Amino acid sequence: MTASTPTASVIRPKRVLPGFGLTMGLTLTYVGIIILLPIIALVLKGAEVGPLRFLEIASAPRTLAALKLTISAAAMASVLCAVYGLLMAWVLVRYDFPGKRLLDALIDIPFALPTAVAGLTLSALFAGNGWYGAVLEPQGIKVVYTIWGVTIAMAFTSIPFVVRTVQPVLEDLDPQYEQAAATLGAFPFTAFRRIVFPAIFPAFVVGISLSFARSLGEFGAVVFIAGNLPMETEIASLLAVIRLEEYDYNGAAVIALTLLILALVLLAASNLLQARAMRYKGKRQ
Amino acid sequence: MSSPLPLSPTHTAAPGQGRLIPRLLIAAALLSSLLLVVIPLAYIFYRAFAAGWAAFAANILEPNTLHAVWLTVLVALVVVPVNVAFGIAAAWLVARFRFPGRGALLTLIEIPFSISPIIAGICYLLLYGRQGLLGPWLAAHDLQILFALPGIVLVTLFVTSPFVMREVLPLMQAQGSDQEEAAVTLGASGWQVFRRVTLPNIRWALLYGAILCSARAVGEFGGVSIVSGSIRGQTNTLPLQIELLFNDLNIAGAFAAASTLTLIALLALVAKVVLERRR
Repeated sequence: MTASTPTASVIRPKRVLPGFGLTMGLTLTYVGIIILLPIIALVLKGAEVGPLRFLEIASAPRTLAALKLTISAAAMASVLCAVYGLLMAWVLVRYDFPGKRLLDALIDIPFALPTAVAGLTLSALFAGNGWYGAVLEPQGIKVVYTIWGVTIAMAFTSIPFVVRTVQPVLEDLDPQYEQAAATLGAFPFTAFRRIVFPAIFPAFVVGISLSFARSLGEFGAVVFIAGNLPMETEIASLLAVIRLEEYDYNGAAVIALTLLILALVLLAASNLLQARAMRYKGKRQ
Repeated sequence: MSSPLPLSPTHTAAPGQGRLIPRLLIAAALLSSLLLVVIPLAYIFYRAFAAGWAAFAANILEPNTLHAVWLTVLVALVVVPVNVAFGIAAAWLVARFRFPGRGALLTLIEIPFSISPIIAGICYLLLYGRQGLLGPWLAAHDLQILFALPGIVLVTLFVTSPFVMREVLPLMQAQGSDQEEAAVTLGASGWQVFRRVTLPNIRWALLYGAILCSARAVGEFGGVSIVSGSIRGQTNTLPLQIELLFNDLNIAGAFAAASTLTLIALLALVAKVVLERRR
């Protein structure tokens, strides 16, 4: 309101457009009520217990087992996504083949599919009577109710990250450098390692850290396939939910805060890396 | 014609090798995508329709599942318009004005993308729950937020809040404000500028953001599972109903419910492809 009155536009001649007060008011109210307030509630509940009790809850055996499972499964899932993502980005950018556009669109399915649907489908596929389980279980490979199930559920839900971060960078990279290297006698793999990989590395790392952060927090897909045995296949976010159901609000808040801090640190680090890579790119041009 | 002769064996080998590696990589990409994405997708419909159309229809028309469909649609009908309005307001604010704390506000708006939905749900329980920050006040005023529609709507709003803004903001920034400033200078009111200039410019991005927002709202599981209380036939949305049927070992029913959500996800993907070509 004030910004659009004549006096205000004299003081701030740049604000010709109306709606500053209105949109500012709407945005702040909404962000305050919907986003900020609940997060403050979490931080307050977590801080309420004090640093000593916080550490005690965070390092209780069951919490540690859940965190260890979550982090190791998320790490394995990220490796899977890294390999698949690099392959897909390379194939989609550098080669032409029938069905390429369809394949490109298919990659987004894990993001579009609700996580509960993904969890249901994967657990049924890998169960003893499912299409995959029927092949794997006679070989002695059990996926459902094991860490492998957790890993596969996490990997499925974060498949698109690496593809979608590496793909645009690869598109910008002129293939003539690799061709030059090949002309100079470099083997295809050497050309890839020395020329392509350094260029896509920052985007690759960003994609991997996004996959990792998403895997740490994945719930819907995992609870269906994990079996959720305490100390064995119980992920950290599920333990937080169990604490809530026991009315142990502080316990839940501590676990949730630990996960939140882990994810935010990871994303901040990847943002920093991305910013540095951009600056580097800017200098070269 | 005799040119192949002087070439050394390594040179004649090179093109063959050059074709082999791409073929292997393409084959690997197709095979892994088949196993990771296509077969799971096909499996949903296979299991949903394994017992035929009649069984599928019976599973969907089961009263609790039908109620879950209705509740899910209702939540989306509330959430999507609110987030469209918020997305436009926030994008307009960030794209058109410079003010202190602009960067911080932008980070804050994007936070729901970095917080896992389950943690969002926990946040809401710690705020509105009986032992939560506002719990005593709510109880004193006899207001029911958790384990009821308001709680489900609030968490879904949180989880889907950045979608519209994220699509609209880059477009507004790229287009600049020249047209809008010209309209203002010519005497148009704020509402006229928005309806005649801004809205036509951003309509496709807005539509795409709304589609993403709807798809996410309909499929939200983790956050909603915490605040809804999963009361059968009352506060169960479709994704929660899938879990309930799965735990009841009614796998056919679970897949029937899952197939409807999958169909919505596929429609959203098709819309994405179409809209991207349009822009």
